[in-house]
Amino acid sequence: MTRIHFSAVAVAAVLASSPALAQTEIQWWHAMGGTLGQVVNALADGFNKSQSEYKVTPVYKGSYTDTLTAAIAAFRAKQPPHIVQVFEVGTANMMAAKGAVYPVYQLMADAKEPFDPKAYIGPVYGYYSTPDGKLLSMPFNSSTPVLYRNKELMKKAGLDPEKPPTTWPELGEMAKKAVAAGAKCGFTPQWQGWTMIENFGAWHNLPYATKENGFGGIDIELKFNSPAHVKHIQTLGEWSKDKTFVYGGRDGKSNAMFAGGECAFTIGSSANSATNDKALGKENVGISMMPYWPDVIAKPQNSIIGGATLWVLKGKPTAEYTGVAKFLSYLAGPAVQAKWHQETGYVPITLAAAEITEKAGFYKTNPGRDVAVKELTLNPPTVNSKGLRIGNFVQIRDVVDEELEGVWSGKKDAKTALDDAVKRGNELVKRFEAANK
Amino acid sequence: MEKRVTFNERFLPYLLVAPQIIITLVFFFWPSGQAIWQSVLLEDAFGGNSKFVWFDNFSHLLADPAYFASVRLTFVFSALVAAIGLAFSLLLAVMADRVIRGATAYKALLVWPYAVAPAVAGVLWGFLFNPSVGIVAWLLGGIGIEFNYVISGNQALLLVVMAAVWNHVSYNFLFFLAGLQSIPRSLIEAAAIDGAGPGRRFWDIVFPLLSPTGFFLLVINILYAFFGTFGVIDALTKGGPGQATNILVYKVYNDGFRGQDLGGSSAQSVILMLIVIALTFVQFRFIERRVHY
Repeated sequence: MTRIHFSAVAVAAVLASSPALAQTEIQWWHAMGGTLGQVVNALADGFNKSQSEYKVTPVYKGSYTDTLTAAIAAFRAKQPPHIVQVFEVGTANMMAAKGAVYPVYQLMADAKEPFDPKAYIGPVYGYYSTPDGKLLSMPFNSSTPVLYRNKELMKKAGLDPEKPPTTWPELGEMAKKAVAAGAKCGFTPQWQGWTMIENFGAWHNLPYATKENGFGGIDIELKFNSPAHVKHIQTLGEWSKDKTFVYGGRDGKSNAMFAGGECAFTIGSSANSATNDKALGKENVGISMMPYWPDVIAKPQNSIIGGATLWVLKGKPTAEYTGVAKFLSYLAGPAVQAKWHQETGYVPITLAAAEITEKAGFYKTNPGRDVAVKELTLNPPTVNSKGLRIGNFVQIRDVVDEELEGVWSGKKDAKTALDDAVKRGNELVKRFEAANK
Repeated sequence: MEKRVTFNERFLPYLLVAPQIIITLVFFFWPSGQAIWQSVLLEDAFGGNSKFVWFDNFSHLLADPAYFASVRLTFVFSALVAAIGLAFSLLLAVMADRVIRGATAYKALLVWPYAVAPAVAGVLWGFLFNPSVGIVAWLLGGIGIEFNYVISGNQALLLVVMAAVWNHVSYNFLFFLAGLQSIPRSLIEAAAIDGAGPGRRFWDIVFPLLSPTGFFLLVINILYAFFGTFGVIDALTKGGPGQATNILVYKVYNDGFRGQDLGGSSAQSVILMLIVIALTFVQFRFIERRVHY
């Protein structure tokens, strides 16, 4: 009985795995779990139904790190996937892997696929292109930090919930009032390296590193210990004494504190809006632009992105890359992008997708979901705000996390911590330079 | 007359040990060799720009104060995990050994934590002590102790040690219990007749006779603290806050897999391998002498 059952399953498996048509399979390794993973599968399905020559197979490989590690191992074993999703901090390292990646601009040209750089949103496109504007990897899920506020806690503190703070001193005052009215925490940042250092710099038009934040070369020095940075971190450190500021852990962990209704304010990824709406109720969550320091800059510059892009790996038969190019074009299509943007909260990568969403009235029914795009396109990007191209960036972010934690626990003052972070980061940058000379 | 089994075949013995030898070669010597080779290379993760750099990776490590901090931390952490783990499980074993009614139930409960994977144990303890939703953290807050392992390095270390000990206590317990039960009752009874109290009987008879078990467990626990606690740390603290729980094995993973610095990570593995070999050697050379078999 069992044996019969077993062989039936085996036969079914063999039947299922043999393609009905002579389709070319394109492997797409990604790191989108849960609901996002379902949207990814739907995207691949959409493409597969739109034509019959190619079949995109999305494979979930775990976290960003797991996905990248798996792709590297596969590449070294000469079995790479066609497309792999890599987070933004891996950009410089991917670029340096010259024999391994197939730059998107070249892929599109080789496959004779129409491609218009102007269709893309500036900071999204710029983050992943060469200094002369050639796109290296296809932007996929991009987000930017926005300020979330808990309207209920604001009301309790006697504040007008429809008037979000626009400057840091205002935020500090409101957060203090919220704590005084019983909130467990005034403000908490997520992905502190990304929001409080990297985006803080872009927003105030301050450099993160020399050579246009690394776009101009790999022999760079880190610069995020400017007086403005120090003052900002120092202020947050002081706020942590009376819970105006509460540190909630690395990465996105602190969003649990905001979604749990403990914190009045948080700066986090725009992709969190769905989670926050679900947890607190849409009417209780407000989204607005990040605050700025009026004594550092008169008007904020623009924010930079986070998230991931799709890198095409070399090592497959040439003919298959035509399919890859077609698929990337499909993904960048306005309708697909608009759907992706609305369902996930990631920013659309093209202006057309933003317009479609606007026209469909999406932002009216979901107020605040346009803040991310507004922040990114607030001003034409400067050398300090078009993005970051730093080698060994993953480790540098860890260093920043460690040093900032020193400030939050009161072990270090802001200046020492940022100086140390820059010093330790510069070691990592030098190591990257040595490996890629 | 003594009975002897002899094999006339010349190759059969080799054939019989071959599977073990092959497994050791493939799963231990080959990766170790690879690590040693990688440790003298500087390359990007995809293997494109590979350069032979002699001992640059090592000198880089030895110039890094954070690395020494991690070495020190690892020793403190291992000492804590081994000492607390052994003491606690010995206590449990001695008590379980005395239980007359419901002994099986007690034993089953005490063995339970071993069925929990380290990563799951980490998540579990993380939930209990989570500063915003953790029930234990809430209770501690009620008696005026602010427990926040996300910010406080010492509390994070304490929590990781507790989780690691808890996860391994069953293993130690089983061995201690077996050791206790193999001690001849007659010895203890004889001592009792001679007037030795329970404390005396434990320290003069039971403890020395348990020493082979204890020694074995010491070696195993040190190895566990060095390598096996990875899952607990990854799930609980990821090496933070600061570098408060960044023990060597976690640093190897972090630099190698997150940072894609294969050369530096391999150099760390090689050093870690040397440390563990040295530790095990010291244990066998000096502590084993005091063990009564």
